[in-house]
Amino acid sequence: MRYTHDGFEAVIGLEVHCQLETKTKLFTACPYSYGEEPNSQTEAVTLALPGALPVCNRAAVDYAMRMILAVGGTVHQTSIFARKNYFYPDLPKGYQISQFDRPIGTGGSIDYQLDDGTPRSVGLIRIHLEEDAGKSLHPEGGENFTRVDLNRSGTPLIEIVSEPDIVSPQDAYAYLNRLKQIVQYLEICTGDMEKGQLRCDANVSVRPIGESQFGTRTELKNLNSFKGVERALLFEIERQVKVIKSGGAVIQSTLLWNEQKQEAIAMRGKEESHDYRYFPEPDLFPLIISDEWLAETRSALPELPAEKAARFVAKYGIRVYDATVLTDSRALADYYETVMTTCEDSVGASNWIQTELLGALKKRGEEIVDCPVPPGEIADLLNRVKSSEISGKIAKTVFAEMLESGKSAASIIKEKGLVQISDPSQLEPVIAEIIAANGKQVEAYRGGKVALFGFFVGQVMKQTRGQANPQIVNDLLKKALDT
Amino acid sequence: MWRVYIRRMTVDDYRALSAFDIHHRVTSGTTSAREFAQHALELAESTGRELNAFITICTDKALAQADDIDRNVAAGESVGPMAGVPIVLKDNISYRDYPLTCASKILNGYVPPFDATAAVRLVEAGAVIIGKANMDEFAMGSSNENSAYGPVHNPVDHSLAPGGSSGGSAAVVAAGIVPIAYGSETGGSVRQPAAFCGTYGFKPTYGGISRFGLVAFASSCDVISPLARDPRDLALAYKVASGHDHNDSTSLDFEHPDYPNDLELGRKLTIGVPADYFPPELDSDVRAVVDKAIDALKTAGHSIVDVKSPMSRMAIPIYYIVASAEASANLARYDGVRYGKREGADLALHDMYAATRAKGFGDEVKRRIMLGTYALSSGYYDAYYQKASDVRQLLREEFARLFDEVDLLITPTSPTPAFKLGERIDDPLAMYLSDMYTAPSSLAGNPAISIPYGSVPDGRPVGVQLIAALKDDRTLFQAAASLA
Repeated sequence: MRYTHDGFEAVIGLEVHCQLETKTKLFTACPYSYGEEPNSQTEAVTLALPGALPVCNRAAVDYAMRMILAVGGTVHQTSIFARKNYFYPDLPKGYQISQFDRPIGTGGSIDYQLDDGTPRSVGLIRIHLEEDAGKSLHPEGGENFTRVDLNRSGTPLIEIVSEPDIVSPQDAYAYLNRLKQIVQYLEICTGDMEKGQLRCDANVSVRPIGESQFGTRTELKNLNSFKGVERALLFEIERQVKVIKSGGAVIQSTLLWNEQKQEAIAMRGKEESHDYRYFPEPDLFPLIISDEWLAETRSALPELPAEKAARFVAKYGIRVYDATVLTDSRALADYYETVMTTCEDSVGASNWIQTELLGALKKRGEEIVDCPVPPGEIADLLNRVKSSEISGKIAKTVFAEMLESGKSAASIIKEKGLVQISDPSQLEPVIAEIIAANGKQVEAYRGGKVALFGFFVGQVMKQTRGQANPQIVNDLLKKALDT
Repeated sequence: MWRVYIRRMTVDDYRALSAFDIHHRVTSGTTSAREFAQHALELAESTGRELNAFITICTDKALAQADDIDRNVAAGESVGPMAGVPIVLKDNISYRDYPLTCASKILNGYVPPFDATAAVRLVEAGAVIIGKANMDEFAMGSSNENSAYGPVHNPVDHSLAPGGSSGGSAAVVAAGIVPIAYGSETGGSVRQPAAFCGTYGFKPTYGGISRFGLVAFASSCDVISPLARDPRDLALAYKVASGHDHNDSTSLDFEHPDYPNDLELGRKLTIGVPADYFPPELDSDVRAVVDKAIDALKTAGHSIVDVKSPMSRMAIPIYYIVASAEASANLARYDGVRYGKREGADLALHDMYAATRAKGFGDEVKRRIMLGTYALSSGYYDAYYQKASDVRQLLREEFARLFDEVDLLITPTSPTPAFKLGERIDDPLAMYLSDMYTAPSSLAGNPAISIPYGSVPDGRPVGVQLIAALKDDRTLFQAAASLA
């Protein structure tokens, strides 16, 4: 559970920024999408031209409310935007509009399970809305200037601040995965950490095992992947323990994680000594959320992964583990549920999707949303297995073909004549022929080498190009050999 | 057969006309909008330059706008309520194609790609924008001496300050260059120069005119504010520019009556005289003018009552903390990165910032940025910004209570008539005190008007201020009209 190292345990809190997937920015109708020509998605407000003013994006507020409600937090129906002041070229106004002492959300928790099934619940301190900064592209080659791209400037973020409830680097990893899953379910953020749509800073301290007082914490920044978060935390915990063990003291500071070198380096004092001079944003009145709006957003909340998994277990009779895998993403869960609208075999469908479908997609480098085989076709295929029209083995061949050609199961089975042979009158002559042609093996089998049974099955399958119904073949073979 | 000889309109004829007269002549085809525009432009180039009232004269666009109006009139199409009226905008109001300077070097070379909402509404109403008026840098000042383009002279006497920060806007109206000009108010920046130059000046209810495109000084106080030579033109000027704007979250959505055609008071008012605005040391000549106005109102049958507004005495300290704090953030964008002046392009980032802002801003702007930064700093926030905000709330509440009892407050606009250029420039505190009677309503958001109601014996004009309840802008125009 709690990560310990050399007599010390870790205390971790995470600050996660999610970029909200709204069509336009937080305080202007300027559109934004990732990866456009630098500075092409800017206008008076984004560029902070003299006289430009912010106007709050209703969709962004709605997205923030969804997250707060999804984690069981409190939506504050009056919240206040504040200016966070600092100079930087990618911050055009010289201040960021954020929220300070009156955030839109407080409380709630992120609940999840560790790989071994241990249930976890990490409390949240607050969720607030703020605008993003632009990007500074620092010189790499011979250039002696920094380029600034303001496309991202002003896009909406929510910052989710956890209590220091996280107990290990692995726990942090699991927390982040659940958080990402929730924002994706809510369709408020793509959750792509590589594209910076989810960003994470970590606060970490260590203390002797059993101690209740917190140690001095440090803040880790520049964590660019979930695994990076895990590795950086591991590094920093061990570093802090080493410092204390050698008689030193941890200094409250901010460290930048270097993924290449796998180490965290403290920022210089000057770089981190900010006085942000927060004060209420006078260009915006307090953000007021009406009872109606709150109720509307609450009623529009989608089913969340934990609820969905529980429902799958109850409704489809699948195992908890399988339900968890199938509800990993909303798209996958929707796929399964669509299959189940016509499929007669819920467990079979669950297994098929997890092994065959996801395996094939992985090989193709595709996600479930890219799946070329419609769920109805999978259902049809599995129904044909269930009714013994085709064997499970043939189904795999058919499925591979469906994936390749996009054709329906029915047309492939028909074209290739793959319908399973279950009629004994068709199979009996084949079996008789094989028994006649393999006298030696028949003798050996009847002499006690029962393992040879498989050999005969194989021969039948070979003769029937795999179309023989294995159960019928077994029965007929047994009858023929044992008499 | 007989012929009518129409004497060509002279400059003096033009200067005597109100915006309503001009609109009437233009729409009736008596005089073309182009002719009015030419008169205004000539006056701008002559008198305007002498007074140093303009930073930019918008000749080409003004003539094109005038021609548009004339074409529409000739074609019998409907034109707006300001059709053909030459106007001037303070140079902190964004107007496409012409430099926007805020009288600061730091905006050198910046030409805005968009129009302020007010400018859009004015042009739609048919107004012809003649030029951009000189001002105190970023609207910080009370004498128009804090301008990178030099001080404006008071048309009454060129050795006098025109007041500020909208000194240029007041001067162009007082000098008859245009009948209406727009300035901006933060703590008295239109009322005080109106009083100094002898014109009307009106500060709307906060949010009455959109701030979109008005360069921010102190966002919670800033409001575009018109000046005119008579109450009806002033009411028209407000009517045309006012109204909610979805680009300004703080613009208010309230009913604006047809102010210029709703000037009949038709009721008896209760008018409060707040003792706090009449201390013993108040200039007796100023006091005499205000007393005369009080007498006139009493004679007209309004009841005059003594009231107290102790919180108004806190206005200057509150104002210089809150406004400076907001300004310290509002002016952070002038960093030499995206537009305007950049100094020290070869230096490291923070040195470039320092060089740009050191050379780009004038002394008063720097003083207020430092004051505001200090007031918001960790360890000082509670003692300064928070305390000032709390007291501001008390002031708002006091005003709300006062306007439960009275319809209007009457006070001097400024404690003194116009002072000499150069007289206070080295004494910021004395300069700040010239806003002591205008700052309270700016902080509370209430509308107020400065009425030219006489002068001191040496001829310097004196303004009488009326303050009304929030959103009761109409009563101010009506009361001003009743005193005219």
